[in-house]
Amino acid sequence: MTKSIAVTVNGTEYRREVEPRLLLVHFLRDVLGLTGTHVGCDTSQCGACTVIVNGEIAKSCTIFAIQADGAVIRTIEGLARDGKLHPIQIGFWEEHGLQCGFCTPGMIIAAWGLLKHNPDPTEEQIRHGLDGNLCRCTGYQHIVNAIKHAAKIDSPADYVLDGPAPRGGRK
Amino acid sequence: MAVSKMVGARVKRVEDPRLITGAGTYVDDIRMVDMLYGAVVRSPIAHGRIRRIDTKAARERPGVVAVYTAKDLQFAAPLPNAWNLTGIRVTRHDPLATERVRMVGDGVAFVVAESRYGARDAADVVDVDYTELRPVSDPERALRKGAPNVWDNAPGNEAYRTEVGDRAAVDAAFASAFKTVSLRVVNQRLIPTPIETRGVVARWDRGLEQLTVWSSSQIPHLLKTNIAGVLGLPEQKVRVIVPEVGGGFGCKLNIYAEEILAARAAMLLNRPVKWIEERRESFASTIHGRGHVHYVEMALSREGKILGLRNRFIADLGAYAQVNTEAIPTLANLVLSGVYDMGAIHSELIAVYTNLPPTDAYRGAGRPEGVHAVERIIHAAAHALDMDPTEIRRRNLIAKDRFPFTAKTGVTYDSGNYEANLDLALTVSKYAELRAEQARVNAGGTHLMGIGVAIYIELSGFNPSGAGGGIGWESGTVRFEPTGKVTIYTGVSPHGQGQETTFAQIAADELGVPFEDITVLHGDTQMVQYGMGTYGSRGTAVGGAALVKAIDRVKDKAKRIAALLLEASPEDIVYDQGGLYVGGVPGRAVTVQEVAGTAYLHVDKLKNEIDPGLEATATFDPTNFTWPYGTYIAVVIIDRETGEVKLRDLFATDDVGRVISPLLVAGQVHGGIAQGVGQALFEGARFDENGQPLTGSLMDYAVPIASELPAYVLAATETPTPVNPLGAKGVGEAGTIGTTPAVANAVVDALQQFGIDEVEMPITSERIWQALRNATQTKKGGRR
Repeated sequence: MTKSIAVTVNGTEYRREVEPRLLLVHFLRDVLGLTGTHVGCDTSQCGACTVIVNGEIAKSCTIFAIQADGAVIRTIEGLARDGKLHPIQIGFWEEHGLQCGFCTPGMIIAAWGLLKHNPDPTEEQIRHGLDGNLCRCTGYQHIVNAIKHAAKIDSPADYVLDGPAPRGGRK
Repeated sequence: MAVSKMVGARVKRVEDPRLITGAGTYVDDIRMVDMLYGAVVRSPIAHGRIRRIDTKAARERPGVVAVYTAKDLQFAAPLPNAWNLTGIRVTRHDPLATERVRMVGDGVAFVVAESRYGARDAADVVDVDYTELRPVSDPERALRKGAPNVWDNAPGNEAYRTEVGDRAAVDAAFASAFKTVSLRVVNQRLIPTPIETRGVVARWDRGLEQLTVWSSSQIPHLLKTNIAGVLGLPEQKVRVIVPEVGGGFGCKLNIYAEEILAARAAMLLNRPVKWIEERRESFASTIHGRGHVHYVEMALSREGKILGLRNRFIADLGAYAQVNTEAIPTLANLVLSGVYDMGAIHSELIAVYTNLPPTDAYRGAGRPEGVHAVERIIHAAAHALDMDPTEIRRRNLIAKDRFPFTAKTGVTYDSGNYEANLDLALTVSKYAELRAEQARVNAGGTHLMGIGVAIYIELSGFNPSGAGGGIGWESGTVRFEPTGKVTIYTGVSPHGQGQETTFAQIAADELGVPFEDITVLHGDTQMVQYGMGTYGSRGTAVGGAALVKAIDRVKDKAKRIAALLLEASPEDIVYDQGGLYVGGVPGRAVTVQEVAGTAYLHVDKLKNEIDPGLEATATFDPTNFTWPYGTYIAVVIIDRETGEVKLRDLFATDDVGRVISPLLVAGQVHGGIAQGVGQALFEGARFDENGQPLTGSLMDYAVPIASELPAYVLAATETPTPVNPLGAKGVGEAGTIGTTPAVANAVVDALQQFGIDEVEMPITSERIWQALRNATQTKKGGRR
């Protein structure tokens, strides 16, 4: 049994037949070939699969693809625009916010969700903002620095990837 | 040497652009036409005989292509074990269990299907009947009389026993001691947990009769040799490609059953086969680390001099010997002198089989266990003598003029200035102020403050081949392309360490070629000359040294070509910043790019005197280990009522020799610290008496998260090693080794006023609460 879904990912609409039990992360990776989103666990602890669904971050291993029918999704592949890295990507590069790179797409997207709602987070807020994401290489310190770096160079438009601007709040 | 521009500079990594945009290719990102998916059926019991395996239901499921059990698959050899230590009872490890399972997670069948989910579904309906046997899940219980035998040829479960040092000298030291102290220190089992689990893709080319295996591995060449050996293929027909690897920490320094199973299935089915480990599966099917129990004692003079160290420890090998399972515990014996000039040392290691996953190399691999025992007992010694823990250490440090220093364990330390490192750590941490603050906090109130000190040493830069199975060397090739661009091929296999960047830094300076004109390649055995891979903090210390040798050779050849072009003698040619000129006549010059072009495309100018091409390969086999060290100081705050413990500060002062890339070195130290804190406070693989995992997923096994860790404060001294031409000692494991004892000592430091001298790791709030409760009740005159 399959079901037809339509999902917009990184600005492109896809229509696919999927098994109802197919996880969104496997839909993105195995069906659409967007392998930048990773799988690091099977219990929703690691956050490597974090993507943006309808403007908010979500762990794509916790959603069935059919639940995303009609959704607008951004993955790590769709974060840089017009050939320019997103400020968070720049922060990770500048501050050595990654080593093996496996948790990195999820970390960057999680940071996007954090900075979208809190443009100037304290170090403590950044650390708590990453509690849903595990990194085994960096000990988090350079990730924290990367997000601080991003918060200095970003602008509200960097958090409007699909659809209208978020209301209020951003600097 | 050229004027240093890149080496020592803060350089952004060349690896990063692909990794921050989702463009890196890890094993699970590989997709092929016609690709199949594998899943392993695993034992749910820790010990039993296989009575019957019924694969019918699985085979009948839609999309299932094959279901293999041990009897369906032929191999030329079992899984390899690199070590045959003297006196060891040798065990056998087949890719699938044949008659008996020895741990939860033991593979009994391999299912291959058209889809990822289909393979998993089919694996779930393979029906296996077991006759359960009594398991043993604790190394000390395994040694007791009457314990079940994991292996029939190892009655009593003892795998081997070995010792270092001088027992009689230690006995004499203890007899004459002013004071002795003793501790039982458990160094618990840990699960390495790289965020990328293991994974394999295997493809058989029927026409070429060639097998290609993509694996998330730290050792592409060794994997190639061993896959050929187990499958009985000619080695030149096996190619291993290691793509991006999402962390290893030692657990991917191995040859695993699934690499063999996927390859054999691909050959039998003539279709590519992918196997990706699930996280819960990984906790049982990938090696664990640590798993020691140390009984450590120290004999001291009135002045706090260490007269003797006595240690006896039990190492839990688990159920099978993976590649380095047997060797890892022996490394603990080699660090037992720490940074100290001890009067005498004796240590005995008893290695034990249990019905648990094999232990093997996990970041530090034997050295954290040994260092932890030393640093815990010296903390206890300081307390017993009523000395500050930094003062007792200072009184025993090996003086800087005594290197090379041969310790009582028989090993020789390369270089060091330990006292300068300790002094810097005391300054950076404002140690005296911390002690004053502690006195105020602990005088009363709701919280306790503890300050922990540890000075670690590790043997690193693995390894002098004479001291480790003859495979410690490394290789590097430097190739100028005709356009003057440079390709470097390294036998190490970086997976986060950043050698694509650091090696380009070294080459840019040494060759005088722009950094962006250099590309570092690794991981494909058909592209890169043989090498050993990445483990044991060896990437730069050994692989970088091989690279430097290759650079020297290619420069020599460039000079000879330049001499021909400039009509001068090669000895008169000066190679400086990418230009070659006749000494004293800078006007008579060519660029190295011109030399490269000549070497390939204007070979007539070489007049048959020099072979065409501009490329050199070199290998490097170190004469000794390198010995990094450092002083770690941790501050913990404990809630008196709940036992909640928070690591407030972590000061790390490392000496890892010469630093090529400070930003990357800091990253390595940070990551090591987090894993060290993980062992001290959060992580521990636990099993019940039936060998069932109690920490079977990331819901139960607590990898540290960002908010549980402080901002670390780093400082460094720099004492180059004479062991290699770079002077670099290696930094991959440093933080892990220093942090754990520093944090554990900090907790004990806070609790010592209650008579608590050890809290077992991971030191959770519950364990502290229990220790405080027991201590209070003892004081009140016994339990109710």
